Amino acid sequence: MARQIAVEAKGATKIFGSGEDAVHALDNVSVAIRENEFFTLLGPSGCGKTTLLRLIAGFELPTAGDILLGGESVVHLPPYRRPVNTVFQSYALFPHMTVAQNIAFGLEMRGISRADTAARVEEMLALVRLGRLGGRKPSQLSGGQQQRVALARALANHPKVLLLDEPLSALDLKLRKEMQIELKRIQLDTGITFIFVTHDQEEALTMSDRIAVMSQGKILQIGTPTEIYEHPTSRFVADFIGETNLIDVGIGAKANGQVALRLPGGREIAVALPQGIAPGDKGTVAIRPERTSLTRDADRQLAGKIENIVYFGTDTSYFLTLADGKPFHVRVQNREGARMTYGKGEEVGVRFATDAAQLLRD
Amino acid sequence: MASIDAAAAPATSETLARTREQIRRRDALKRTGLLTPALLIIVVFGIFPLFIVLFYSFLEAGAYGGVEWKFSIDAYVTFLFNRDLFDPSILHFSPSYLQIFARSFIVAGIATVICLLVGFPAAYFMATRPAKTRNLWLFLVTLPFWTNLLVRSFAMMLIIRDQGLINGFLMWIGAIQQPIVMLYTPFAVALGLLYAFLPFMVLPLYASLEKIDFRLVEAGFDLYATRGQVLRRIIIPLSRPGIIAGCILVFIPGLGAYITPALLGGGRDLMIGNLIAQQFGGSRNWPFGSAMALILMAVVLVFLMIYASVTGRQKVGHG
Amino acid sequence: MAELAPPPPFIASRRQRRMLDLTYQPGFRGVAYFCLFMLYAPIVVLVIYSFNANPSVTIWTEFGTNWYVKVAANQYIQNAAITSLKIAVVATIGATIAATAAALATTRTLPYRGLGTAYVIINLPLMVPEIVTAVATLSFFAMGRTLLGIDLGLANLMLAHMVFCIPFAYLPIRARLEDMDRTLEQAAADLYASPWHAFRRITLPLLTPGIVAGAMLAFITSIDDVTITTLVAGPGQTTLPIYIFGQIRRGITPETNAASTIMLAVSVLLVSLFFFLAQRRKK
Repeated sequence: MARQIAVEAKGATKIFGSGEDAVHALDNVSVAIRENEFFTLLGPSGCGKTTLLRLIAGFELPTAGDILLGGESVVHLPPYRRPVNTVFQSYALFPHMTVAQNIAFGLEMRGISRADTAARVEEMLALVRLGRLGGRKPSQLSGGQQQRVALARALANHPKVLLLDEPLSALDLKLRKEMQIELKRIQLDTGITFIFVTHDQEEALTMSDRIAVMSQGKILQIGTPTEIYEHPTSRFVADFIGETNLIDVGIGAKANGQVALRLPGGREIAVALPQGIAPGDKGTVAIRPERTSLTRDADRQLAGKIENIVYFGTDTSYFLTLADGKPFHVRVQNREGARMTYGKGEEVGVRFATDAAQLLRD
Repeated sequence: MASIDAAAAPATSETLARTREQIRRRDALKRTGLLTPALLIIVVFGIFPLFIVLFYSFLEAGAYGGVEWKFSIDAYVTFLFNRDLFDPSILHFSPSYLQIFARSFIVAGIATVICLLVGFPAAYFMATRPAKTRNLWLFLVTLPFWTNLLVRSFAMMLIIRDQGLINGFLMWIGAIQQPIVMLYTPFAVALGLLYAFLPFMVLPLYASLEKIDFRLVEAGFDLYATRGQVLRRIIIPLSRPGIIAGCILVFIPGLGAYITPALLGGGRDLMIGNLIAQQFGGSRNWPFGSAMALILMAVVLVFLMIYASVTGRQKVGHG
Repeated sequence: MAELAPPPPFIASRRQRRMLDLTYQPGFRGVAYFCLFMLYAPIVVLVIYSFNANPSVTIWTEFGTNWYVKVAANQYIQNAAITSLKIAVVATIGATIAATAAALATTRTLPYRGLGTAYVIINLPLMVPEIVTAVATLSFFAMGRTLLGIDLGLANLMLAHMVFCIPFAYLPIRARLEDMDRTLEQAAADLYASPWHAFRRITLPLLTPGIVAGAMLAFITSIDDVTITTLVAGPGQTTLPIYIFGQIRRGITPETNAASTIMLAVSVLLVSLFFFLAQRRKK
């Protein structure tokens, strides 16, 4: 499956301002995005994901490092000479042009013939399902429709790479979910490499082939949604994606790629030692709440007291305090309906499979 | 998948530096080109002439107007002194020109104060109207500002002259027998300035008052303040920038006014503007006129600097 | 166990409404209306009496447009109007182009060396008292005439007007530029438009309302100018304001009323247009 690399950043760094007020938006970021991939840059505000996108598009010049498209460096090229197109967060539709004129704009700029342009515009309008709205002005469209025009306008140029800067953030929930499905369908149909920026981890998990989690100008982890969710390598990633329990463990002997961990309360388990982690004698382990269950048996890894029970319809959350005083969240699916087998204040045990425990880098 | 190619690094940093330089140079060139027409016109035909005035003020007056190319500080001397008729080397202090300056200050000052007293309540009222009405008020107040000053001064003349509207009305109802002399007095000039510059006062005041967060006023009422106290202690201090801007915008043009005093002042009781214009007309003393113009300019600059230091350099451009 | 009727709806009296209004200050409404009255009364009087058939400027007899007929037939006024127009058109075109270029160079950029100075120079004509500018311009052209023998004729006035028209045209253009969405030009670049194309197809069309507004302000300012024009104009360079100024100083006649009303009408028309355009922009 040796796919070509469509976009690559090598040591990309961007510093705004200078001296004391300097902002390190991107700090030595390197990533390679493959062709036909739906790649997501995920992170909170200010993590540098939009900056990286802008470096790829050409709106900013990196302070250091290189940006390559199809293996060739493009840092010296202005945006209008790069074969990438962008869908902006605010859509940036040209208010004085009609929808059709907006979509045709890139083609006109490249000198494509009138006839071909018209045909392509029709094709795009059909693709984003805006067939009869070609003659309207952007101000006459709803938010969702404007978003689709922005998408069509970018796709009309058949770019190799499409950059999307939080395009769904202005839409309401229902529309957002619809558009997520649309976007994924379009990406699969056209095969264009999508680089998608978002702060919504659910969006990232549902749509992406691979995700890069970013924080404070650095990429913390790159992987498939499953890898990121099941095997986070850092506290930030574990915490940012979904909900996690973080427990302090003591680290014991290592052998055969496994390491012994001493849990709070005394129990010992052996987990796989993740790549690239060289632990000291203490560490942190992340466990997803839905991978745990409560038990009254002696066969348990942790013990604690139930402080609070919250009923969520599909599942019930139990909030415990462990032996060492730290909080712990157990989420149990209500497979047999809303039956509260355990009560508030009860001392119970917590069970989880060994591979659910993820030793973190920090 | 995340190793930096060490060999590539130096090459790209060169490219980056080169690209950065290219962009910088291109931007600077574009900017200079764009700024040249405007700056050229203003510097050559607006700023450079001011230096010529400076130059002229140190020359001698020509016999038929214009200047003689001889250095002399007569112009400045004449401002404060008269040469003795019999012995030109003796100087008598002559306050007449200072009087004209003083009169201009007083007249402009009075006009400014009344403008403020009348304009503040009006601006406040405007700023507290609902949005649509506010726009209408803005339009109505701005409109006279753009009409010809000549026309407005003329209209004022029609009203206050001896056969004008006010006198006509008062005599018609029998309140007076003889017309009240209003035209061609300093009162007329002050009234004319007030009338001409009222929009200049109302608009900055309005801009300032509109920005006031009325929750502060609400807080004031909540703390047992009366309306008068809220006005004095909260609203007026908050609108200080507008008050200062308005006063400056009325006082400075008022000081150097020419049309309004010319029409409403009638040629006696000169103000600075008329004095200066006269030197370039009938009195044929260009150097003296130049000197007066420079002194006026200097006074204006002083006030502008006070204004700038009080409000901070907020107007000088930012991106 | 009688049923209580629902209480009558509470309708506040004017006085009660006033008490509840946070912003109410006693007497301010009256002053505001008085201001309006003061601003418009003289003008209204002027306009009304220009239609007075009677030559007296105070006694009204009957409606008549004879003065307007006289004004229209007056050769001097016609020439003066044409001169005013010539100057205003040239000054407006020059000032608007210069101001547009200057606005593009001084707005939406990171601060650069000389930006502050440029901004001060562009706004300088607004800060110098008119009489000083008039005198300076007069001296400048006089010196040109005596020292270098150059006399540009009407171009003197056109250039002088351009100087103070530039800041008037600059302000609305700059305001419009600042309001414009910066990402639009980025989107254009993203869609393969070179800077020149992006300017021509995106920036310029969107800037046009501002440019038109600026041109109108410049035009009005040029047409209405009295002080500078009076001092700088040579023989045969009579503009409409100069003519009217002279007439007024000579004595008040109803013709002057009519001519003034015409000037007034032109200003009002242009300003109303400007406001109308500005309201449309806000949409």
